[in-house]
Amino acid sequence: MKPTTYYPLPSFKAPFFLFLAFSLCITHQAFASPMEDYYMQKRQHMIRLIEQDVHETSQYLDTEALDEKVLKAISTVPRHKFVRPDTIEDAYKNHPLPIGYGQTISQPYIVAIMTDLLKLSTDDKVLEVGTGSGYQAAVLSELVKQVYSIEIITPLGEQAKSRFKTIGYKNITTKIGDGYYGWLEHAPYDAIIVTAAASHIPHALIEQLKAGGRMMIPVGSNFMTQQLLLITKTIDGELQTQQILPVRFVPLTGEH
Amino acid sequence: MLLKPPLLSLGLISATALAYEILLMRLFSIIQWHHFAYMIISLALLGYGISGTLVSLLQEFLKRKFHIAYPLFLFFFSVSSVACFLLAQIIPFNPEAIIWDSKQFWHLLSLFLLFSIPFLLVASAICLVFLSYPGQIGKIYAVDLLGAGIGSISIIILLYYLFPISALMIISLIGLVATLIALHETQIKHKEKTVSFFIILTGALVFLILQNQILNISPYKDEAKILNISGTKIIEQQSSPLGLLSIIESKKIPFRHAPGLSLYNTKEPPEQLGLFTDASNMTAITRFPDNLEQLSYLDQLTSALPYHLKEINTLLIVGAGGGSDILQAMFHNTSHIDTVELNPQIIEILSGPFADYSGNIFLQDNVHVYSGDIREFLSRTPHNEKEQYDLIQISLMDSFNASASGLYALNESYLYTVEALQLYLEHLNQDGYLAISRWVKTPPRDTIKMFATAVSALSNTLITEPAKHLMLIRGWQTSTILVKKSPFNSSEVHQLKQFCQTRGFDVAWYPGIKSDEANQLNRFREAYFYQAASALLNQSKKQTPYQFINNYKYYISPASDDKPFFHHFFKWSVLSELISLHKQGGLALVEMGHIVLLATLILAVISSIILILLPLLIFHLRSKSNTRFSLSTIGHLKLFSYFFSIGLAFLFIEIAMMQKFILFLHHPIYAIPVVLSAFMIFAGLGSALTSHILSQWSRRQLLISRT
Repeated sequence: MKPTTYYPLPSFKAPFFLFLAFSLCITHQAFASPMEDYYMQKRQHMIRLIEQDVHETSQYLDTEALDEKVLKAISTVPRHKFVRPDTIEDAYKNHPLPIGYGQTISQPYIVAIMTDLLKLSTDDKVLEVGTGSGYQAAVLSELVKQVYSIEIITPLGEQAKSRFKTIGYKNITTKIGDGYYGWLEHAPYDAIIVTAAASHIPHALIEQLKAGGRMMIPVGSNFMTQQLLLITKTIDGELQTQQILPVRFVPLTGEH
Repeated sequence: MLLKPPLLSLGLISATALAYEILLMRLFSIIQWHHFAYMIISLALLGYGISGTLVSLLQEFLKRKFHIAYPLFLFFFSVSSVACFLLAQIIPFNPEAIIWDSKQFWHLLSLFLLFSIPFLLVASAICLVFLSYPGQIGKIYAVDLLGAGIGSISIIILLYYLFPISALMIISLIGLVATLIALHETQIKHKEKTVSFFIILTGALVFLILQNQILNISPYKDEAKILNISGTKIIEQQSSPLGLLSIIESKKIPFRHAPGLSLYNTKEPPEQLGLFTDASNMTAITRFPDNLEQLSYLDQLTSALPYHLKEINTLLIVGAGGGSDILQAMFHNTSHIDTVELNPQIIEILSGPFADYSGNIFLQDNVHVYSGDIREFLSRTPHNEKEQYDLIQISLMDSFNASASGLYALNESYLYTVEALQLYLEHLNQDGYLAISRWVKTPPRDTIKMFATAVSALSNTLITEPAKHLMLIRGWQTSTILVKKSPFNSSEVHQLKQFCQTRGFDVAWYPGIKSDEANQLNRFREAYFYQAASALLNQSKKQTPYQFINNYKYYISPASDDKPFFHHFFKWSVLSELISLHKQGGLALVEMGHIVLLATLILAVISSIILILLPLLIFHLRSKSNTRFSLSTIGHLKLFSYFFSIGLAFLFIEIAMMQKFILFLHHPIYAIPVVLSAFMIFAGLGSALTSHILSQWSRRQLLISRT
């Protein structure tokens, strides 16, 4: 049998590959940067609109402006990477978008308000029931230590998981399954956000909320958030709910 | 030209066209929402309008080719009735996004134009017969209208036996049979056998295509969303004109349907099946538990309040649904339960295939299930049996999402009118309660309107102090209003407070309530419910009830039998304010029913101008020089005004009748065909009579002139 001859790489090949890799990087940067700049500009524009809307609604939201950290988180998360390719151009418009399976990615303004109302700290642990596109979890992950997110629809859960991996969110842990019992393993949570449609609020979720913690539930159809329900668990374990209308609209006129 | 018009095929195709129109309403209620019924009528009429223009412009050509054109129109109608529906199924129209997504307007327009095609074709065939046999218009008109009348009734009967998609297949096949008859009637000699074979082949193709066709339900409807969850499947489907019922099981992740549950509830609902009507409005069929204690979660709903005020022995439940209210009553040991369910198929399901699963609740000795409408049921009750119930209960009858986004805005409901409430009160014993539960919305709408309706009903029954006869509580999700014929006593008030305290519900009204008791646990920006209740009961020093209703930004004036639109809350006067808030989601507060109807009206007007009036105008201008055939402009205007007015008046009366007849026939799907067929059949008879009178009259004129 003829012995196999192994030829060493010619010495010029190593610099060549280095050069190729460098060139590819440069080319990628050259193409990627303008696109990233483009989306960054769109994000900044979206942030300005959200700020303006919050300012107009401030009296009704009991806050003059959104927490700077929340705005920074929203301006960091590439929302266009959480939408379907056919809606990518609308990613930074202030309305919800379909993501398939009858679900939507929430309106940025609503995401901002919900996140703000949770009053999060950097050491917090947050549970999200209803991962959806993963956008809300990504925004939360910029603000807290760890986010746990549960999705009931398998393909959506898988998509979100791979998205987090691709973009590089290391402090989001996901699972596919039933959110009714929360995620006991990591409980208690400083905040819980329930974006999945539920006919009632399960006792397990209330149990897994820390004393002094906040739970946020957007109520309405996929495309129309009618109201936000904020549940606060007092230090004594009592529950207080607040129905928040994210709009400057007073139904009563005249004196009462 | 043949001497006899093709009356048999004409009658048959008219019946098919009307049946198709009603079937489309049913199909669209399943794949989209109920309010498309209005759009279907509008686009059918658009098709008829365009056909008038088309046939009048091409009349000489079409008359010459009558024997080919007439069967061709019939053939293409039959094919397009199926093809257009299949195409429409792939148009991703989403009514909720219509305000901010311009694509939705184009989707709606596509649907609109697509469905006007079959109606355009069938109307062209009918028009052509009129045009070709001017001497026999009365007879033709009579056959056309009689056929239409019979068609609209027949489809309802058919829908009791067939699923809507199979009914579509039958309609298309009948259309093809009419085409074969038309071939015979028009006496086509040329290649008759080949043409007939081709038509039969088309029929076979329609059969094959539709045999395995499934309805492509909007992905945003509850049923479609549930089916995305792993482990869910439809285990039973039944169809009737009242709705397509689907029973869904979810093996991996249980349903646990219990809207309005207290936050302090610790018990998980037992295993359930989801019962969907027209792919939405879910109610649960609960597996009957071994131990009644497992139903204790039903005591944690706002609707459980009356059971805590006194012992309930005789109960009437409006709308049995999946049986949750019956289970709630059983948990509270109610000895006699009557329930009235509008949809007989729900009763069949729970008494038949799912009787064991649900613990035979519909077959228990103390449970009496009646099929029909509640108002009819109560009106039939003999006078001496009135005043019999301890409690009449009307729980949530519609889903929150559909209700909150205003998809029912234009639905008539005779269940929640002042007259209906008065009737319920008549059937309570002196200490009995009427309990009505509604969704809590922000800003409040339903509950306040229901409260106003209850105040009016009490005032009409000559109760001088309605404030003493009402209670209102709410959780974060639902509210319950209690109305009592006699004033509430202190013991009942005490029980109410205890009930709310242990469940974390808020009191919004009871006799003697203080303002600082309201809005404590589930907080709104202001104590809206309490403020509304006190204003409506004339307890507010600042506003009269009339002023409050007028000033409130939602339409909360009580619904009556003359204006049975309980779900209508929207005031056009606040539209501009809501539009200005659209970036903050303000448009979520506009009812979608109105928006879709407005968009439909705009489309109808634009399409009518472009497709009906404009071609006629162009034709008129071109033929102006030809004075032999053109009328004067004034003559045209007179003609146009005459037919425009008569058409408008006819439709106004017809639509008003449809709405009024819902009260007597209990559902639009009965009211619409009955009114349609009555109008058609009697207009047809009138037409036949007119032609008879005219021929008698002209004969007499002839005789007079000869003598």
